[in-house]
Amino acid sequence: MRPKRSVSITDRATNSTQMTTGKPYRRRDLLGIRELAASDIIGILDTAENFREISNREVKKVPALRGKTVINLFFENSTRTRTSFEIAAKRLSADAVNISISSSSVSKGETLLDTALNLDAMAPDCIVVRHSSAGVPHRLAEVSKAAIVNAGDGANEHPTQALLDAMTIREHKGQIDGLSVAIVGDIVHSRVARSNIHLLTKLGANVRVAGPRTLVPKDFSFLIRDQEFASGKKPLEVCDHVEDAIRDADVVMILRIQRERQDAAFFPSLSEYSIHYGLTNERLALAKKDAIVLHPGPMNRGIEIASDVADSSRSLILDQVKYGVAVRMAVLYLATGGSPSER
Amino acid sequence: MASDLNLVEKSRVMDASAMNRALRRLATEIVEKNNGAENLYLVGIRRRGVPLAERLRDKIEALENIKPLYGILDITLYRDDLSTVGANPVVNRTELDDDVDGKKIILVDDVLYTGRTIRAALDQLMDFGRPKKVQLAVLIDRGVEHRELPIQADFIGKYIPTKQNEIIKVMLKEFDETEAVGIYHRSSD
Amino acid sequence: MKLLIANGHVIDPVAAQNSGKDILIENGKVAAWLDRKEARPDDAEVFDASGLVVAPGFIDMHVHLREPGQEHKETIASGCAAAVAGGWTSVCPMPNTNPVNDNAAITRYMIEQAEKTGLANVFPIGAITKSSDGSELAEMGEMKAAGAVAVSDDGRPVPSAGIMRRAMQYAADFALPVIDHCEDKSLSSGGVMHEGKMSLLLGLKGLPALAEEIDVVRDILLARDTGAHVHIAHISTAGAVEAVRQAKKEGLTITCEAAPHHFTLTDSAVEGYDTNTKMAPPLRSEEDRMAILAGLSDGTIDAIATDHAPHHADEKSLEYDRAPFGITGLETAVGLAFTELVHKGVIDLVRLVELCSTNPARILSLAGRGTLTPGSVADITILDPEEVWSFKVAESRSKSKNSPFDGREFRGRAVTTIVNGRVVFAAETV
Repeated sequence: MRPKRSVSITDRATNSTQMTTGKPYRRRDLLGIRELAASDIIGILDTAENFREISNREVKKVPALRGKTVINLFFENSTRTRTSFEIAAKRLSADAVNISISSSSVSKGETLLDTALNLDAMAPDCIVVRHSSAGVPHRLAEVSKAAIVNAGDGANEHPTQALLDAMTIREHKGQIDGLSVAIVGDIVHSRVARSNIHLLTKLGANVRVAGPRTLVPKDFSFLIRDQEFASGKKPLEVCDHVEDAIRDADVVMILRIQRERQDAAFFPSLSEYSIHYGLTNERLALAKKDAIVLHPGPMNRGIEIASDVADSSRSLILDQVKYGVAVRMAVLYLATGGSPSER
Repeated sequence: MASDLNLVEKSRVMDASAMNRALRRLATEIVEKNNGAENLYLVGIRRRGVPLAERLRDKIEALENIKPLYGILDITLYRDDLSTVGANPVVNRTELDDDVDGKKIILVDDVLYTGRTIRAALDQLMDFGRPKKVQLAVLIDRGVEHRELPIQADFIGKYIPTKQNEIIKVMLKEFDETEAVGIYHRSSD
Repeated sequence: MKLLIANGHVIDPVAAQNSGKDILIENGKVAAWLDRKEARPDDAEVFDASGLVVAPGFIDMHVHLREPGQEHKETIASGCAAAVAGGWTSVCPMPNTNPVNDNAAITRYMIEQAEKTGLANVFPIGAITKSSDGSELAEMGEMKAAGAVAVSDDGRPVPSAGIMRRAMQYAADFALPVIDHCEDKSLSSGGVMHEGKMSLLLGLKGLPALAEEIDVVRDILLARDTGAHVHIAHISTAGAVEAVRQAKKEGLTITCEAAPHHFTLTDSAVEGYDTNTKMAPPLRSEEDRMAILAGLSDGTIDAIATDHAPHHADEKSLEYDRAPFGITGLETAVGLAFTELVHKGVIDLVRLVELCSTNPARILSLAGRGTLTPGSVADITILDPEEVWSFKVAESRSKSKNSPFDGREFRGRAVTTIVNGRVVFAAETV
């Protein structure tokens, strides 16, 4: 029998049974932020804080995951995310193996299940998976004995991106509770937006989303309809205009616009998009004076974000990349058996 | 760490003033052996080594008028039992703000027992650079017969020969209600 | 050879029958109804139906049997075996075979294969357009002559209102109902589940209710214009049910069917990304499910049809958005209808028989079926409304195992299936 698995990264309930059944290491999945409680999220962030220092050492490596195997299973190209996970695994002394599978293996007749079982037979401790289809990590978690970490699945979630964004926000704003965060762009197709909305609202921020109506459906607030702050304020608001979302925001998060959305007639042209929805200095001036700007990268300069905004000191894009390594180290450590830190 | 619930105190081997005297002597010995406080770097091992290192630093400063460097090691990620049953250890921060290269490091911990913690601390220290010298200061040494690695202390507050089923508890005001060292055994023993 | 179905409770809405009767079968036909007092013929084999309900054979007017062309998923033989095990005496396969059933030869082939198997009756549904590509009309008259009972382009609904109008005009000439899978693909393209809160939550592309409703309304307008009989397949949204309700009030020849999964499950079942929750139309919202229940109860919905859509495990183990649409349904439909409808008080047994037998026979003009009146074909479904049982997909007679109902417990099932006077299925007694 397979050990009982959890869908979230923390499942203390099964902890004791795991210990008594003699499993050498607990394996825990990180499938999405939606499944996590606020305390779980804070636990991961606090653990990540303690991993930051390792990247400043002369020898940027600790032996924590020595002898463990981490497979980076990427069905979709992403040099940044894959590199970040690979560096994180290596700084923990895990053996990191990168596998890139194009969708062509599907045409060869290999199913997702085949791929999962084949990898599992090689006994990895953790599989980091990215796929263009939502739900793939969830299906892998059902069949694999390894811990599954979601590195982005379709339009569903990208939990480590939201965690590194949260770490960046905490670093600059002290806390997330009570902040106003604007998320602008292609909300409906964005896993970054979904994970961030879940994370930020769970930690008490008010999130306002805006963009072309074709990419920001009016009923998007359904996403967390069941949740409401004690203040009666809505945790998630869909704004009619980008300006309404940005006004008095503490954090402005800009999403990357995919050029193929233009071909699918979600908006007429990139230049029209940049004029009406792009983050310019004029629009940013509506936010709080000390507002910070985040972008998951890679940026389309002059389209969703003006170059001078991207290069300004308020834009923390490189901080996000830096914290990405610490967050992924913490996630790999926790997924393969560690416990979250407390601040 | 054993759970405190089932522990019964057998005897108390040090009280607050005895601890303070032992630390004062340790500070003197450290200064003597190193010909002063020049280039000294006190590094406490989490958790109870940290306040002990702080106190030694203050006492050395009082003796020599030089404030030694000071840092904290969290050895969790270097433990050799990470993959054993029920490990799930929590990571805390390591804070070595100054370069260790060329320094005379004094590792500080509360109890020296098997030596495995010190092994982990040495490994971690080496990942930060190349100290000139590393010495070990402990408040309690439980005896060389318990050692599982060829490690011994350079400075010992008190030598307490113990049996394996006994537990030495160093209580410090930073974490505990009292300031003392006691020998305990499990109530089920 | 005579068979007497004795001591059962006979329900036949055509004859307004709802009480104890014995039924005598001779030469594949219903010969007579006998009162309990009457003397039983000595030469008849007796089937004791004590405590059971005897109903005219159930007719599933919407299945996919995959033959010819995709025999790895299902064959006419395996599909018919699953059908009779689920209580269905007749099934109507959709034309999306390979090649498409758009001509008399394929229609005849399907019927012959079914006759060879000798289990359920197969009444094929022919294509509306050649290859179901939405452009040229298929030879409806020839297919009808070969045995087709309706026309449909099912999963590839005719996009052009102009072609659909002509198809309806032409089909009306042959008194063939036009069955439409209502889905405006320009609205649903890329969608894999119901568009709503769950699709937003799961990051899956939605199939809006609007895509179904816009086509239902179009078909109603076309039916008014052409006078054709339009049958809406697997109706799934509250808006579509309401549109049909109004059209019926107006007196148009509009009928519709609902699938068991649509009156049982909602889109919340998609959580976990089990590809056995993926079908078209998709599992909808709870509001939509309630509207289906209301429609089943008030007569707006005429039939229960399974939309049995077998797919091989390899195809269903793909990613959610790449896996094919559809689930099997023949063996679970009656259990679901009892458990979700009859025992929950949504409908009574008489209405269940109307939905599963009387109405499908009437919609498809199946002479001598959908009733047990003397002279009619001896297709009989015998039901135990109280039997508690659970469905195990591993034991399914279908070649495919893509069911979301594996392990589900039901109360009520079809225990014996008689086709043309012959017992073709008898459940093992517990």
